[in-house]
Amino acid sequence: METTPTPQNIATDGFRLHPEDEAAMRAETSHYEQPQAACIEALKMVQRRHGWVPDEAIPAIARVLGVGPASVEGVATFYSLIFRQPVGRHVILVCDSSSCFLTGSDQLREHLTNRLGIGLGQTTADGRFTLLPVCCLGACDGGPAMMIGDDVYGPVGEEDLADILEGYP
Amino acid sequence: MNSQRQSPIYRSRLLQPADERSPDTHPLTWRLRDDGQVVGLEEYESKEGYQAVSQVLNERDPGAVIAAMKEANVRGRGGAGFSAGLKWSLTLQGNNIPRGYIVCNADEMEPGTFKDRLLMEQQPHLLIEGMILAAFANNARYGYIFLRGEYVESARVLTAALAEAREAGWLGPDVAGSGFDFDIALHTGAGRYICGEETALLNSLEGHRANPRAKPPFPGQSGAWGKPTVVNNVETLCNVPAVMLRGAQWYQELSGDRTGDGGTKLYGASGLVNRPGLWELPIGTSGRELLELADGLREGRKLKAWLPGGASTGFLLPEHLDLPLDFDTVGKEGSRLGTGLITVVTEDQSMVALMRNLEEFFARESCGWCTPCRDGLPWTVKLLLALERGEGEAGDVELLDKLAADCGPGLTFCAHAPGAAMPLQTALRHFRHEFEQGVGQPKGKPHADAIPAGQV
Repeated sequence: METTPTPQNIATDGFRLHPEDEAAMRAETSHYEQPQAACIEALKMVQRRHGWVPDEAIPAIARVLGVGPASVEGVATFYSLIFRQPVGRHVILVCDSSSCFLTGSDQLREHLTNRLGIGLGQTTADGRFTLLPVCCLGACDGGPAMMIGDDVYGPVGEEDLADILEGYP
Repeated sequence: MNSQRQSPIYRSRLLQPADERSPDTHPLTWRLRDDGQVVGLEEYESKEGYQAVSQVLNERDPGAVIAAMKEANVRGRGGAGFSAGLKWSLTLQGNNIPRGYIVCNADEMEPGTFKDRLLMEQQPHLLIEGMILAAFANNARYGYIFLRGEYVESARVLTAALAEAREAGWLGPDVAGSGFDFDIALHTGAGRYICGEETALLNSLEGHRANPRAKPPFPGQSGAWGKPTVVNNVETLCNVPAVMLRGAQWYQELSGDRTGDGGTKLYGASGLVNRPGLWELPIGTSGRELLELADGLREGRKLKAWLPGGASTGFLLPEHLDLPLDFDTVGKEGSRLGTGLITVVTEDQSMVALMRNLEEFFARESCGWCTPCRDGLPWTVKLLLALERGEGEAGDVELLDKLAADCGPGLTFCAHAPGAAMPLQTALRHFRHEFEQGVGQPKGKPHADAIPAGQV
């Protein structure tokens, strides 16, 4: 049987956490009884810097948190906003929950699909946009709603899309 | 950028102007500004802000806070409606018990719900004050606001407000000179509806996958890191300062003779209404009153059904519009009040398509821990897709009955699958003919680009 790698001897294949991120991760752990609680935040830090979370980052984060890589991998694969493959410069989250469904989210998704030439889960060839579905964005009084980066839009009609997308080069 | 047309940036808003809101009638929203800007620390303090903390912490009687919350009958605004005072009275406290945590459930993700966002984005100090009072009553040493990752604006406003409160001495050692120490950290998530389930939330907070935990032990006995932990919704906590300042009796009387539940509620309406929105109203307000505030249905549509408080509540009919929307009344109609923000379904909208959408949501968001939920919900999606296409087989509707029953309360590890079963069972009960029409009548493929459950 293979020995379980301990945090000290995991190969990270040359991946280096940015020193600022590593320091921020360590600072984040101080809010909790156990450092593992900073796991999601640590993953988000890597994602903010690289756009996504490469496999090699997992053991690197595990070492900072003092936990096994499987714990970090388990978290990284569970949460929908942690991206495990490269995404476009801007991620479009289209709400597909009930209120938006009833006010036209299928049509909104189709307009986006037609305009960008990609389906859900795909990235445009120029690496500009990735299109993903998302749970109720809490903007139901503005349905159909979507989010690009940190910005929430709604209600979004087909006629709004050109202007909105233009804001994300 | 083309400036002729305004990009529809979404902003959370209350559809009641400031002159219609007063401290005596609108404990949650009376301070909110008409311009929608954040009520900062100075403005909050000038409008009775943190008075309840000063008063209550220096009286040094945590038991009195719990008693007041019980008497006011503040029921959990996250959707379950459990008495907050009763929950607090069950938190383990004592000489041999370590001080635990207050966790604010700000993982607002119930489809159709957009209320906590308003409170956090425009009046963060009310939530902070409520958490301090809750911490004092439950002898908690530290608090976490568990905020969903997509609420970027809430995170920005809360981060600034926490710093302001700390600077002013409302958080930290010796809060308001009372000798009580307490601080709060903001913890942001990264998606997944299941994080709103309180024990899954605790696992997520601790940095694990958000699988629910077995109950008992309840969080009040053993929660975050095994310490006594109180998990309350944003709106619930925002009710605490007014209860302490104006008294349980005043709070109880806010709802008049509409209901036994106390206080006001953030109610809302979405779907094809003319004026979708959010209002603070006495708890026990009826669906008809909400529809009137929302200016009725768009383009002369007729109401077919409505969800009283999110995707995991049961469908109600037009005949239920005059019922007071409180926890017990709605419960007696085979539904739940849930979050109290109604979603309307109009006559021209297909219940089968809507149910397919709802079950796709629940199937995708299942954490996969227990079988009825992990395997049963995708099965309902397959059946509903077939019925929607008119390609259902004989027995499919009955199979939906069985799958829904197998996902019922007590048969699954947490409330996720029962939440998925309730709208399905009520839809099958009230609109069975629509489902039966989908059996053996192929009519093409109306649902383009189906989202395969579990693969997104």
